[in-house]
Amino acid sequence: MHPAFSVVFFTTATGAGYGLLAMLGVLGGLGFIPADFWLGFVGMALALGLIAAGLLSSTGHLGRPERAWRAFSQWRSSWLSREGVASVATFIPAGLFGIGWVFFGKSGGWVAAAGLLTAAGAVATTCTTGMIYASLKPIAQWRSRYTLPAYLIFAVMTGSVLANALLQGFKLGSTAVLICALVATLFGWGWKLATWRYNDRLDIPTTANTATGLAGGTVRSIEWPHTEENYLLKEMGFRIARKHSARLRRIAQALAFAVPATLLAIICFLPWPLGAIASLLAAAAQLTGMLVERWLFFADAKHTVTLYYGR
Amino acid sequence: MTCLPAHTEKKLGLVIDLDTCVGCQACVTACKEWNTGGHMAPLTDVDPYGGHVDGVWFNRVHSYEHTTESGGRTVNFPRSCLHCETPVCVTVCPTGASYKRASDGIVLVDEDKCIGCKLCSWACPYGAREFDAEVGVMKKCTLCVDRIYNDNLAEEDRVPACVAACPTSARHFGDLGDPASAISQLVEERGGVALMPELGYKPTNRYLPPRPRGERAAKVDAPALEPIKTEGGFLGWIDRMLSN
Repeated sequence: MHPAFSVVFFTTATGAGYGLLAMLGVLGGLGFIPADFWLGFVGMALALGLIAAGLLSSTGHLGRPERAWRAFSQWRSSWLSREGVASVATFIPAGLFGIGWVFFGKSGGWVAAAGLLTAAGAVATTCTTGMIYASLKPIAQWRSRYTLPAYLIFAVMTGSVLANALLQGFKLGSTAVLICALVATLFGWGWKLATWRYNDRLDIPTTANTATGLAGGTVRSIEWPHTEENYLLKEMGFRIARKHSARLRRIAQALAFAVPATLLAIICFLPWPLGAIASLLAAAAQLTGMLVERWLFFADAKHTVTLYYGR
Repeated sequence: MTCLPAHTEKKLGLVIDLDTCVGCQACVTACKEWNTGGHMAPLTDVDPYGGHVDGVWFNRVHSYEHTTESGGRTVNFPRSCLHCETPVCVTVCPTGASYKRASDGIVLVDEDKCIGCKLCSWACPYGAREFDAEVGVMKKCTLCVDRIYNDNLAEEDRVPACVAACPTSARHFGDLGDPASAISQLVEERGGVALMPELGYKPTNRYLPPRPRGERAAKVDAPALEPIKTEGGFLGWIDRMLSN
């Protein structure tokens, strides 16, 4: 599948944004993080900013963005529509929580309720994003039991690494958040390795034989219907050389998992501001690494239409 | 509404005979010619006379070499929308632009509602949908919905343009939901198959596999000829003279 930057950025940014929003909603609402104005303001601005930037970026690849409002109508059948509804609905408790926690400096009571609802909305929205990909049968690498949990795990992982950077930056570092970020990063790494291992051994039942209905023997494409690349090949015929894939997997692992995990592990032993700088570096490396990981998620995915072209 | 009808009164579709298709592309051009002025018009071409020609087509003919134990053969393979019974391209649509008609099972796109998110094209395993970058919406085969019910056409012309154009009668149109229809009988008789049945989209269209090779035809892998024996006498003398 063609890794369009708008979609790569959208899924990475909203994943991190919803992860951070859920962390702030739960921890801030229940009073585990102090209701500090600047901490809350920067944190909520970062979370909602990432979400808004991602959603705007996703409209960038639409053919008719002025009609985007129509995408809220088909939530009965479409995961994409559900994603739209859930993302907008989450802004309501998030707004109330932001006002209560940041501007009134409150936690507990209705602020806690709004915070928990915000977290529930963030989880629901992330699930809908994952299901858009996990429900597509023509792409075997996406239609697996690894896809939906991956979206949730990576949202928690990037969200908690961002939350840790935020708290460390405001000299309010929390060991619990730090440990959560470290454990989520290590778990995310394991999940990604397991996913790649599964995809590399995938035995796809759909072949050029079943695609053409020609039973038995071999079916070899000898002539395409067209001499130039068409929409299908541009959108779904994207191929990545195996050697680049292997190299990019190493880069993604280093940036998204190895570097942040190492930095997070040594933060306990670093005095302020070194700990804060290390936390920020961990977040920056991880988000960059996740962009590479998400690019590979698309580039490594093979659509059945490529069978018609002998690819 | 992108929820699918539980039942369609008819299952209109195509049956394509891979035995008789000669890959002449007449169906391709007839489709383009009709539909660029039809229901989904225009079928935009980008840079049609330049170095990077691209454009929207509803029907594309591939050519394959199918090699089995009984030998190899060239198979021309027209590929277009199969008007599936469970078209996931419809259910993934977030706007309601894609729909399946309860009356005849035809899958259509309402161009005025399409936002061009392209998700339907990802959901189609067959590559039936093509994005029109100029108009910004998704386009697909309509089964010539503006021909098959068109009272302005003579009755024999009320078939999809690709069917009308086919010079070898490799394309057939009809109700595949009615077991008594001529087209269903043809599928029955020739053992028509659905494409990628394992994905569960339940395509309506069927493909008739090439007929088994006859025994009367000359075998390509015939044994090599025996070496000619050296003849004596007059003929042998001519043979030696000519061989020099």
